[in-house]
Amino acid sequence: MSVATKPPATPAAPSSLAHNQLPRYTTQVVLVLSIAAGAGLSALFGGFSPVSFAVLSVLVFGVVNTTLAGIVEGRRKAVDKLVTTFVYTAFGIALVPLISVIWSVLDNGAERFSIDFLTTSMRNVTGLNDQQALEGAAPFIGGAYHAILGTFLITGLATIISVPIGLLTSIYLVEYGRGRLARSITFFVDVMTGIPSIVAGLFAAALFAVLFGVGTRNGFAGAVALSVLMIPVVVRSSEEMLRIVPNELREAAYALGVPKWRTIVRVVVPTAISGIASGVTLAIARVVGETAPLIVTAGFTSSINSDPFSDWMMSLPAYVYSQAMRPLSGSSPEPSFDRAWAAALTLILIVMLLNLVARLIARLFAPKTGR
Amino acid sequence: MSKRIDVGDLNVYYGSFLAVEGVSMAIEARSVTAFIGPSGCGKSTFIRTLNRMHEVIPGARVEGKVMLDGEDLYGANVDPVTVRRQVGMVFQRPNPFPTMSIRDNVLAGMKLNSNRLRKSEADDIVERSLKGANLWNEVKDRLDKPGSGLSGGQQQRLCIARAIAVQPEVLLMDEPCSALDPISTLAIEDLIGELKQNYTIVIVTHNMQQAARVSDRTAFFNIAGTGKPGKLIEMDDTTKIFTNPSVKATEDYVSGRFG
Repeated sequence: MSVATKPPATPAAPSSLAHNQLPRYTTQVVLVLSIAAGAGLSALFGGFSPVSFAVLSVLVFGVVNTTLAGIVEGRRKAVDKLVTTFVYTAFGIALVPLISVIWSVLDNGAERFSIDFLTTSMRNVTGLNDQQALEGAAPFIGGAYHAILGTFLITGLATIISVPIGLLTSIYLVEYGRGRLARSITFFVDVMTGIPSIVAGLFAAALFAVLFGVGTRNGFAGAVALSVLMIPVVVRSSEEMLRIVPNELREAAYALGVPKWRTIVRVVVPTAISGIASGVTLAIARVVGETAPLIVTAGFTSSINSDPFSDWMMSLPAYVYSQAMRPLSGSSPEPSFDRAWAAALTLILIVMLLNLVARLIARLFAPKTGR
Repeated sequence: MSKRIDVGDLNVYYGSFLAVEGVSMAIEARSVTAFIGPSGCGKSTFIRTLNRMHEVIPGARVEGKVMLDGEDLYGANVDPVTVRRQVGMVFQRPNPFPTMSIRDNVLAGMKLNSNRLRKSEADDIVERSLKGANLWNEVKDRLDKPGSGLSGGQQQRLCIARAIAVQPEVLLMDEPCSALDPISTLAIEDLIGELKQNYTIVIVTHNMQQAARVSDRTAFFNIAGTGKPGKLIEMDDTTKIFTNPSVKATEDYVSGRFG
């Protein structure tokens, strides 16, 4: 049996659900027009400048777009457009410093950034070399190899110290911690997250002064200072990741007669490992650019030092600081400044690489859901 | 395999709150025992005390005796881990391990305890358990795929396969079908009927038809009011509970007059 349904008759009167609507392309057209108007107005009032151009364009766009929507589409749509304009503007303003930093570092750093820069140290490079290079009598020399090596060694050691401590602390907090002890650990971890980095540096310097004599500076002291900063970050991020592992998985393991510690090692941690690994990578990215604690613990040097347990060790941030603040040649500091920018570029590249690695790890270790 | 359980005057507390009071019952080996009752009456709390899973919840404790073939589960020096290896459990929501393949999920009980298995032995266990859970034909070609890629009903049967792979004496099921559609429910009910040849099965259910279909004996739990402890009202053969119960509250509940 088939039931024929008659299509509803087309209503003669306009539907009560329909409203006046601007054509879809209105916003784009208004945007283009306001940019043009902004350029014109900016040129009119005291000469063209990028700042007044941007401000005026946004203003014109916000006013015109909102008013137009208000007249044609009604109040709700107008408010919607106004708030949308605010949100996009805020987003644009937030992007300005980021892009500006990346641009200036790229622009200034590209000049000296080369294989040569990455593979040579500053040993025996003097102000005289820089002056001769500026006069064109000799090539620019001097690089950041010793600083890159130092940064990798110090950060690597800091990671080796922080990850076990941080991960085990977070496992304690999530799986075992009850009552006052767990609460106070959480509190102190929170406090430690906010420690100024110079305080961490002074703590490590004082510790090594007590243990090995005043003035002891080496890469390991720097690593200890960095781990003071890194441990709370690792604890926090791993704790979050372990907490979102569903309790049902723990119960499933217990119900199979699996002891608690095996459940943690074989079920809980593997389920959370992608989040933990990317959290650790981001914690490394957070401390790799720390300057103050390394200056007071690892010091400066212009030579390659691959032993973190003796003698001063250079790191990239300290290299940037020393090249920028104490140029080799007082009369012609430009080569030193160029080196500082190139080192800053190297640092940003390392951080960027670490972020990419974090994403890769998160994807590789994520629980699979394919069919 | 399969052992009987005798519970003697069991009280369950959460901290100082008495959740279940004075339960005594006998659960026969190789039979299906169903627990029914309104929400919050302590069925799930009680079933968890049968393999000490309630101890996972902070503050939960029991008084009384639970005997597994005459051995007290709560005796001195009894390790809850050993208890759970004999009394397996299937939960309300399917919970396969997301990091493991279907095969590894079935073998989880051995692998997580780092028991070494020869490959042929492991293959046997996987095939036997999946066949036991009526899942073999559906997954035999994709044993290396993640368990979380299966449908809800398949995942629940995978969890049952995982539970029977370690060959427990008793299988506890806490509302195993409440998250499943009627067809998957039917598959699992059929499975329960087959499993009782070899295992002692205890099932908590909110579905009275299900209790009537699958169980040999039924226990009715009830609660006097909020904040009061849950109690075992009546336990008898399933047909008797559903046709001619001896307590008025049971009759009201199974005939749908309340709850």
